Amino acid sequence: MNYGVDERGYYGQFGGAYIPEMLYPNVEELREQYLSIMQEPAFQQELQELLRDYVGRPTPLYHAKRLSERYNTKIYLKREDLNHTGAHKINNTVGQILLAKRLGKKRIIAETGAGQHGVATATVCALAGLECIVYMGKIDTERQRPNVEKMRLLGATVIPVTSGSQTLKDATNEAIRDWINHPEDTHYIIGSVVGPHPYPDMVARFQSVISAEIRKQLLEKEGREIPDYVVACVGGGSNAAGAFYHFLGEPTVQLVAVEAAGLGVDTGHSAATSVLGKTGIIHGSKTLLMQTEDGQITEPYSISAGLDYPGVGPQHAHLAQSGRARFIAITDADAMEALRELSRLEGIIPAIESSHALAALKEINAGPDQVVVLNLSGRGDKDLNTILTYFEQQDAAK
Amino acid sequence: MPQNRLTRLFQEKSGNLLNIYFTAGYPKLDDTVTILEELEAAGADLVEIGMPFSDPLADGPTIQASNQVALENGMSIRKLMAQLQGVRERVSLPIILMGYLNPVMQYGFERFCQDAAAVGVDGFILPDLPFAEYEEEYKPILEKYGLSLIFLITPQTSEARIRQIDALSSSFIYMVSSASTTGSQVQTNEGQQAYFSKVKGLGLRNPLLIGFGISDRPSFELACQSAHGAIIGSAFIKALQQPAEVRENVRSFLKTLR
Ligand SMILES: Cc1ncc(COP(=O)(O)O)c(C=O)c1O
Repeated sequence: MNYGVDERGYYGQFGGAYIPEMLYPNVEELREQYLSIMQEPAFQQELQELLRDYVGRPTPLYHAKRLSERYNTKIYLKREDLNHTGAHKINNTVGQILLAKRLGKKRIIAETGAGQHGVATATVCALAGLECIVYMGKIDTERQRPNVEKMRLLGATVIPVTSGSQTLKDATNEAIRDWINHPEDTHYIIGSVVGPHPYPDMVARFQSVISAEIRKQLLEKEGREIPDYVVACVGGGSNAAGAFYHFLGEPTVQLVAVEAAGLGVDTGHSAATSVLGKTGIIHGSKTLLMQTEDGQITEPYSISAGLDYPGVGPQHAHLAQSGRARFIAITDADAMEALRELSRLEGIIPAIESSHALAALKEINAGPDQVVVLNLSGRGDKDLNTILTYFEQQDAAK
Repeated sequence: MPQNRLTRLFQEKSGNLLNIYFTAGYPKLDDTVTILEELEAAGADLVEIGMPFSDPLADGPTIQASNQVALENGMSIRKLMAQLQGVRERVSLPIILMGYLNPVMQYGFERFCQDAAAVGVDGFILPDLPFAEYEEEYKPILEKYGLSLIFLITPQTSEARIRQIDALSSSFIYMVSSASTTGSQVQTNEGQQAYFSKVKGLGLRNPLLIGFGISDRPSFELACQSAHGAIIGSAFIKALQQPAEVRENVRSFLKTLR
């Protein structure tokens, strides 16, 4: 089976470009040009230099010995948390900013939930000297103050979004509306493998550096390029798409996608789209989507601001439906426990998003002779307030 | 099957067509048919009934807010179809349902067409339904129920694509006045006039109605110089927010136009 995008922009039955005519010229321009621009030697050279000297790649593939001992298997952490700005998000924004410049765009827009993608976009806009406007749900601007301040320090304009539920999906709506109103000079840097074709494929290609490096590094360390498991958390799905990319066609690799169960899949406060979603259309893509019976999009919940998206990238919908990837849902409580565990076992404070992937280690039952690669998508600095509040409340409840 | 009301309208009337958009279930859940009756009495030529959606991507603040209120009022496609039962005994102007694809998909596309045709709807505007998918999957179903699908064009739409849209259209083409979401204040400028006359000069087989940013008599009349008529949405929604009773609000707004 083919897990990549087909020439119509679909992954199995998912994907496509369900967009109003007002967006068609922008999206079509991108669709026609993204592959040829990305394949230009000069583009690749510029991208590789920036990834090395600016982002800090390759990121280490770290054999976490104490964690391995705890789970009685061999665990490697792919250290995306060590990237500039603290997460994998910048792999995508560095690529897209170079692309935007080649398309002659003067103005960059982005959406952000937790603020990680917003910071990564503001960063590359400063680097490229381009105007940057970031849409962020008003509720998120209040929850994630430090990231708002960082974006402003980097020279970006942060626009609090007051429409709808005032969170990530509404920030995305507002960015799309901005793009409709600026059809010529603006590029939209979407933050995950979501949106209309070609975005899911383009973002996955920019993130695929993660699995390209894993193969090389694993060969050096283990004498084989292929692990037994690759584990990653899924919000929209970009870090997972990058970590899975070069293993999709390796049938012996078990791909594990970890979603946020929130308070529990059946509690009505969850973000486990692969379980709770039905096929629908969100932000221009046909995919699995959390919605009411009437087709109104519902608001997901997770303690992690980066995982509470009501949809999932169309490729992940395909991986879930075809069974190529195993989807696991992890609750807030289990993720926070895993966060503390990694901090104390390895001296690494992970992002709450990445902690969901860590919490899945107890579910997969990997054997002592097996190799597990876990994509540590980001660091926990941005989450310090949430982490402290969570554990304080937990201690108080005891 | 009786001749499509849309086709007949364009045969009978060649210009100054007034198309009014309003959101189903707004301002009150049960206002839908009342508004239809008043619009017909006050001289609208056709109407677009918006089916509210939680995430209306192509709409500006006014229509977004009306969508949200309508959903809070309990509007849904199911409810709208129930309200439209028997509407053809009361109004005869062409009715178009406008909305985003997701709620329609969940209702079931064929069932949607069947129910809409049964209550006397004439066509749909589904702005996020792509072309290729329309041709392959949706067109045969629409044709089976005698329904038109109306496509949009914008100042950025290429001539080749406009011709493709013209070939696929069977009632009229919705000409978006400028690159914008609904309700933006459109300043008429030379670029826009050039776009209007360019499209007018293409000799398309379908009539054109201009929409987005048409809000009052001057903008309506100006649009009618370049097309067969125009569409008013956000300005009408704002008129419905006036303190008077809903019928009175419809009548006084239409009086300012004609
Ligand atoms: C550290 C980190 N991991 C994961 C995610 C989830 O995004 P995605 O699923 O696109 O990787 C985010 C999003 O903000 C993030 O900041």
